[in-house]
Amino acid sequence: MSVPATATGVPTGPETSPGTSTKRRIPRWAWFAVLPVVLLLLAVLELVTGAGDLTSSGTVRATLIATMPIMLAGLGGLWSERAGVVNIGLEGMMILGTFGAGYFGYHYGAWAGVLGAFALGAVGGLLHAVATVLFGVDHIISGVAINIIALGAVQYLASLTFAGLPGGGSTQSPKIPDVPSLTIGPLSDFLGDIEQDDWFFVSQVASVLRALVTNLSFLVIISLLLLVLTWYVLWRTSFGLRLRSCGESPAAAESLGVDVIRYKFIAVLMSGGLAGLAGGFLAMVASSNYRDGQTGGRGYIGLAAMIFGNWRPGGLLMGSGLFGYTETLGLRQGGTSVHALLLAVAVLGLVLAVLQARRGQVRAGVLIAVGAVVVGVVYFLIDEVPGDFTRMTPYVITLLVLAFASQRLRMPAADGQVYRRGSAG
Amino acid sequence: MTPRMTKLLLGLSAPVLALVAAFAITSLVLLIAGDPVGGVWGEILSVPEGRNIANIVNSASVLYLSGIAVAIGFRMNLFNIGVDGQYRVAAFTAAVVAGEAWLPGYLNTVLAIVCAMAVGALWAGIAGVLRATRGVSEVISTIMLNFIATSLVAFLLRKAAVREEGSNNIGTKEVPEGSRIPGISIGDGPGQEIYGFVIVAILVGVLYWFLLGSTRFGFDLRATGRSTTAAVASGISVTKMVVAAMLLSGAVAGLVGMPLLFGESYTYGSTFQSGLGFAGIAIALLGRNHPIGVAIGALLFAFLNEQSNPLQILVGVSPDIVAITQGVIVLTVVVSYELVRRYGVRLEQQSVARALESERKREEVTA
Repeated sequence: MSVPATATGVPTGPETSPGTSTKRRIPRWAWFAVLPVVLLLLAVLELVTGAGDLTSSGTVRATLIATMPIMLAGLGGLWSERAGVVNIGLEGMMILGTFGAGYFGYHYGAWAGVLGAFALGAVGGLLHAVATVLFGVDHIISGVAINIIALGAVQYLASLTFAGLPGGGSTQSPKIPDVPSLTIGPLSDFLGDIEQDDWFFVSQVASVLRALVTNLSFLVIISLLLLVLTWYVLWRTSFGLRLRSCGESPAAAESLGVDVIRYKFIAVLMSGGLAGLAGGFLAMVASSNYRDGQTGGRGYIGLAAMIFGNWRPGGLLMGSGLFGYTETLGLRQGGTSVHALLLAVAVLGLVLAVLQARRGQVRAGVLIAVGAVVVGVVYFLIDEVPGDFTRMTPYVITLLVLAFASQRLRMPAADGQVYRRGSAG
Repeated sequence: MTPRMTKLLLGLSAPVLALVAAFAITSLVLLIAGDPVGGVWGEILSVPEGRNIANIVNSASVLYLSGIAVAIGFRMNLFNIGVDGQYRVAAFTAAVVAGEAWLPGYLNTVLAIVCAMAVGALWAGIAGVLRATRGVSEVISTIMLNFIATSLVAFLLRKAAVREEGSNNIGTKEVPEGSRIPGISIGDGPGQEIYGFVIVAILVGVLYWFLLGSTRFGFDLRATGRSTTAAVASGISVTKMVVAAMLLSGAVAGLVGMPLLFGESYTYGSTFQSGLGFAGIAIALLGRNHPIGVAIGALLFAFLNEQSNPLQILVGVSPDIVAITQGVIVLTVVVSYELVRRYGVRLEQQSVARALESERKREEVTA
């Protein structure tokens, strides 16, 4: 049977070829301006609404911890989709990773847990690679099957290995030793003082810096390094160019002598490993043991963050940061914080509406303006957003962003297509 | 052997091959883990008792509806991962409507079911419209809608709920006696009743078969699924078909919670069964979107679930082992159909070659 070739993104609208594109390219330095600008906006928002927890160092630290698993999963998705293999099995590979961290972490120590998470995730990736690359199974079917198998296998293995251990049971592992973390004491205290002083914008910067020098897990650092490494390997080496060519046009790649099957295999293995690491992060940093149902759909969110980021590492980081931040706000003083965000959404919506209208897209502008006004009215009508709605925030934001931005996204041209060796003819 | 026999044998050999492979892989896992392989299969493959048969049919009917909902999308190359969210929103709505009992007796039931289908269709329709007008992949949007549905229903449930007596669970008002769907007895003992809703599930299967196989709409849908460009060339509006297929899929998804609601729980609460949508995906794949195939798939999954229940008590093995079997079946089915198809093509080529050869020889003789 043939299930969709366009699995994760549906290209619509006229394709603009890079050479003739009239779209202004955002300069590279703009990436570094994103964080300060966001902080500035949040500082203004805190001033206007009086919500106090939007940029506290506690929120920033929790955001980092919430962001990393999503980013790692998305990074996994990036590797495999750049090589043309859609990986909806990220969720299952993450589940395998949580178990790997629990089993190896408990028996052999923290770093063994990290490696175990990566290795078990890679086993999931191997299964996906064998099914999709060797047997030509539809990528989504294989992914769904892996999600089912991984969940069952981990539940089965957990009741086999953790039941009877101290603090362990069929649904959770004993406590895993902590991954070492980094604290620069004096700096942390100094920044903490500034944060307390409530200087406009300066305190916000201080709280971000403080979160980075207080109790920062090495796994967070490793995760961020992996993001940079992925960007370098995929976009700055010949290996990466070949790998990406397998995702854009495998037939052309093969005719140039690239071993497409091998590159796809490597990419999907790496993808599984990164997703496994994402699961390991959940088990070892976000909590301290393996628990049943720990991933909570974050594999899918990682996939969404990757699409949100237009199959690029920088965008992926922003997408997962957005998820991590809204998730964190929902868990901390969610009611007031998300309430404050409503005002920001309303104002930004109006600005966007004006921009759209000026560009001649009056209908879209009016639609956005109406939406922004509705959000604004809601802001003034209620004092606090109910908990269930704060939990919904990341998903609603993803839907909105995809609805408004999906036409600008471009996925790898041969993403999701089954490739058989020798198709180049 | 006649060509017809060959075709039938080939068709049957694919699922058999898949099952054998899945059983072999599961056995291997059991062996490596050091669990009793014989004991596990002996228990799972034992003949189910009357009570178990009723359970199997009941849960199969639920899985069947979920599978058909997914299959409708599949026929159109749409991947509706959102059945989970759609049936939750729908089941909650139906439970509220039925609990309020604005209409008497079965009119109330019918109203609730229609509401469920409408809400399920609307929820899926969001993804359909986003895909048709904004090009948002339905895979991602339906996953997001699943999460949103979970939170939304949790919120609304807290607003609409009454506390169940003697427990911390909250639920909607109970469906009144007169609006419940009576079960069909298949034996004398206790618990030997199957949901009356099973008949509706069968009807849905028949309708699905008729709609896709024998109507213009079904043809358009399948054509669009096979080739969008060909569909556009023959005057089909792909945008409309995408939205229509999602609406239809969502409407059937809306029915998934109905057997449970009207046949067993009579209320939607925090403990209402979840995860049926994902099982539906596996079952639709297993049944290759064919109404009878999906039914067999649903029965097989329900059988494995029911028969594995006592494993923990009887042989000390976690029943989650069947999840491995189920996932592996999904993979092996796809692989074995492909292998059998290739084998079939080779057989055909050989027979054509033989026929041509004998033709040539006869010509040589006459020449």
